Amino acid sequence: MKILVAIKQVIDHHVAIQVKLDNTGVETNNVKMSINPFDEIALEAAIRLQESGIASEVIVVSIGEKPIQTTLRSALAMGADRALLIQTDVETQPLAVAKLLQAVVAQENPQLVLLGKQAIDDDSHQTGQMLAALLNWGQGTNASQIILKDDEVQVTREIDTGLEIISLSLPAVITTDLRLNNPRYIKLPNIMKAKKKPLTILAAEELDVDITPRLQTCKVELPLRRKTGIKVENINELITKLQTEAKVI
Amino acid sequence: MSVLVIAEHNHQTVNSATLSAITAAKQLGIVNVLVIGYHCEEVALSLAKVEGVEQVLVIDNHIYQHFLAETLADTIVPLTSHYTHILAAASSFGKNIMPRIAALLDVVQVSDVIAIESTDTFKRPIYAGNAIATLCTTDKIKVLTIRETAFEPAMMAKGNLAPIHTIQTTLTEKTNQLSRFIEQQLCDSERPELNNASVVVAGGRGMQTKENFQLLYALADQLGGAVGATRAAVDAGFAPNDQQIGQTGKIIAPRLYIGVGISGAIQHLAGIMDSKVIVAINKDENAPILEVADYSLVADWQEVLPDLLNRLKMGN
Repeated sequence: MKILVAIKQVIDHHVAIQVKLDNTGVETNNVKMSINPFDEIALEAAIRLQESGIASEVIVVSIGEKPIQTTLRSALAMGADRALLIQTDVETQPLAVAKLLQAVVAQENPQLVLLGKQAIDDDSHQTGQMLAALLNWGQGTNASQIILKDDEVQVTREIDTGLEIISLSLPAVITTDLRLNNPRYIKLPNIMKAKKKPLTILAAEELDVDITPRLQTCKVELPLRRKTGIKVENINELITKLQTEAKVI
Repeated sequence: MSVLVIAEHNHQTVNSATLSAITAAKQLGIVNVLVIGYHCEEVALSLAKVEGVEQVLVIDNHIYQHFLAETLADTIVPLTSHYTHILAAASSFGKNIMPRIAALLDVVQVSDVIAIESTDTFKRPIYAGNAIATLCTTDKIKVLTIRETAFEPAMMAKGNLAPIHTIQTTLTEKTNQLSRFIEQQLCDSERPELNNASVVVAGGRGMQTKENFQLLYALADQLGGAVGATRAAVDAGFAPNDQQIGQTGKIIAPRLYIGVGISGAIQHLAGIMDSKVIVAINKDENAPILEVADYSLVADWQEVLPDLLNRLKMGN
């Protein structure tokens, strides 16, 4: 079984982001970039399925400009077999990404597509569901457990009220949540090996998909900051303040 | 402008997040609400009483006993042609089905809307709320998910009852060959739901053990509130996953939030920023949560929390 894992390169989650002074976006120049943490979990899940003999090949795909190759190389070092970069300098939005991935699926014929439930930059939480819709496949979002059984996959989903278990016919799209696994650290010898693994670059135009952005960003600004309040010395003072000043208890 | 709000419910009661989505919808145009479920008359009736709702559409069939995205999207998409906007709450329900609907309609979705600037321009948080983006789209139908905490819930109107129209589904049990429901493991609790509790007591890794969380439950019960947790506390097994607050967990806006043993990672703070009053109890005076707290007490929770609980129990 072939598994396709879609990954996005985002500003590293340790970096405190800076909003550009002209309010056109968030500064990405000279900022540390890395794989979206949720996509890393998706990749780890795929690699484990391969290690347990269920998956035959793990292909990793990303969309964007050439520097993304470094993130794809890390994915290969983690354990993916080969990588595909869909090259474009157009701002990629979830619907366009889903359409490009649909075209990749048509070429590669995977039985399973894994992606993170959301990217930590735009927090859209859309791409997996959109891809499943375009492919007319079943979707298992926010997966905290994935069990493959013959031609079905059982997905435990994290929902607001607890957990939901569903079964999907294969092929299917699954988006991964935090508690599915803890991604492995990349070992040095694997970084060397990854240099020899195939990484194909394909121009987005070749996939014949309209990826013109349909959402325009008018402005990006800082949120209103909460003012720092006061320090209280003890429980007495806290209770008094909550009762008489804040009037919340 | 005409807006269709997809109601979220458990076949008996409406989720409060839907009432917030109705408030957002009223800013856009005429509001219709769609209820899809099984034996869900009560839900339709209560929504017909909500202020600003012009019409309630109901599709009641046993195939909707469980809310599978594939079945719901195939049911909703054919009903959308008369509408300029399709809305749902940005809950796990809305986040699951709305992108599927948007893609089938070949339109973009705007997730987690916190403000409606005009019928085609919306504000939403990005980077865990560290920036706010204003986005616009010219797509023929605007698909939006609404952040519950950014809009007041719509109220019941006096005496007014919107018409309820029943629609027959064209789907059967066999339509959806893609997915199948197996089971739900719900965390039943006597306490108010985290999403809309007026008081939330939350614990972080600083609570050290699952047993220590009992003190937070006792405090929450005393205040009539719910208990939340940070990702670190959930990962450590101190609390179940549905209690996680933050960028990837629940976004809350209680009247009073009390964070205990929580340092305040940005992902957690993203989930509590709209709280009216934030109280932080932490022994580390450099903990980031203290920067956003209205009242902070720099102390070891083990020394002060039992005292706080006792004082509240004694009516101060």
